[in-house]
Amino acid sequence: MEFVTPGLGLIFWQFVVFICLLLILKKFAWKPITAALHEREHSIDSALKAAEEAKREMSKLKADNEKLLEEARLERDSIVKLARQTADGLIEEAKDKATTESNRIVEAARLAIQQERQAAIQDIKQQVASLSLEIAEVVLRNQLKDDAAQRALVNKLVDDAKLN
Amino acid sequence: MSYAQEHAASGHEEETFKIGEMIEHHVVDSHEWHFATVGHTHITLPLPVILYIPGQGVEVFSSSRFHSEGFKDEGEKQEHTYKGFYIDELDGHLKNTDASLKFYDLSITKNVASLFLSAAILIFVFTNIASAYKRRSGQAPKGMQSLFEPIVVFIRDDIAKANITGKDKHGQPMYEKFLPYLLTVFFFIWFNNLLGLLPGGANLTGNIAVTMFLAVATLVTTHIRSNKYYWGHIFAPPVPPALWVIMVPIEVIGILTKPISLMIRLFANITAGHIIILSLLGLIFIFKNALVGGVVVPFVLFLNGIELMVAILQAYVFTLLSSMYIGSAVEGHESHDDLGH
Repeated sequence: MEFVTPGLGLIFWQFVVFICLLLILKKFAWKPITAALHEREHSIDSALKAAEEAKREMSKLKADNEKLLEEARLERDSIVKLARQTADGLIEEAKDKATTESNRIVEAARLAIQQERQAAIQDIKQQVASLSLEIAEVVLRNQLKDDAAQRALVNKLVDDAKLN
Repeated sequence: MSYAQEHAASGHEEETFKIGEMIEHHVVDSHEWHFATVGHTHITLPLPVILYIPGQGVEVFSSSRFHSEGFKDEGEKQEHTYKGFYIDELDGHLKNTDASLKFYDLSITKNVASLFLSAAILIFVFTNIASAYKRRSGQAPKGMQSLFEPIVVFIRDDIAKANITGKDKHGQPMYEKFLPYLLTVFFFIWFNNLLGLLPGGANLTGNIAVTMFLAVATLVTTHIRSNKYYWGHIFAPPVPPALWVIMVPIEVIGILTKPISLMIRLFANITAGHIIILSLLGLIFIFKNALVGGVVVPFVLFLNGIELMVAILQAYVFTLLSSMYIGSAVEGHESHDDLGH
């Protein structure tokens, strides 16, 4: 048959076969294939999304852990610091207390010593006074044993009184 | 054909190699499937001739009836008349000695047989692939499945989805409606192009009847769902009304030139490829020199490689252009303005 004169039979069979082919392939091939492709693309999509989600979750968890760790570290530091402060305070307080106590004791001792000394001095003074009186009595007794001496004394006293 | 006639008329010896006849014999349709000639013996599959004669019913007989009993030689034509039917040497069509007899030739010719074969292959291959998707649901593709999957995805994404935009009234993407047609056309053309390249294969996609049918199929598919914007563009183009006198006929002609270009492009590309290869191989027999073969065969091999590429390229071009025509007929008003028409 010539190149450009289409044969009627071929057109007829082409029509029949192509329409049948289209319908058969559409129902039994293209529909299941495109549906399967679509489904697979969908599942890949959702799997990727889930992976992304998991990754984000992981990083969030990691960040949370980090944060927790950081918090714990800070808390530990603060606790240690507080403990140190407390200990320092206690030591300081004890020191202060000891110092004041010792000061107080020293002061009390000094006061006691002062008082003892004062008392001793007072005592000594009294003893010296009474001794002096006894000595003076003895001396006077000796000097005024004779009358002459007594007269001399009276004269002298009278002289003094004249001056007045 | 006229070339061969000349030779017959001038009474050349039978053995003379007639390249024009040889090429035509390979490229056009025939009522029998001739595979090879070994010596003087033809290896031929006779095909059924089916004739519908209005008023008389259907007449079916084997095409071997057109040969005389002792048919052997190449030079002998299928000139034997059976019930008044014979094959016209001039155009190859079936004729009756009674020219007034009205009948329709619906014979299973070589191309029709090849068409059945290709349809069977296509159905076998793609239903198998479809069942593989069911059987191996959720798994990676394998074998034929992984061979054709990228092509199917390419047609879906880069041909259908890219050119047919918009959604139908149910909110489904418009391209999904046309995807089965585009896939069928693509694989039909590709498989038949490849079958035509096989030795002894029929030149189905290089037959104007087949490409005409495919072009008409695209024409019908394009207009079956065309919207008012498409028709508005043709009968009331966005130009000053004074120019409508020129524009409307041009647009109307444009409707027809698109399928005609599809028809001729596929037909001419495939037939030309066959003719080039056959002509080059014919050189060997014209010069009757083995040395010519040494030059021609590598070149033919190279051209065959190109033909393999053309086979898929033409399938791609036909499908791409079809999807563009369909896309232009169904696209909405919004995208219409974006093109700057």
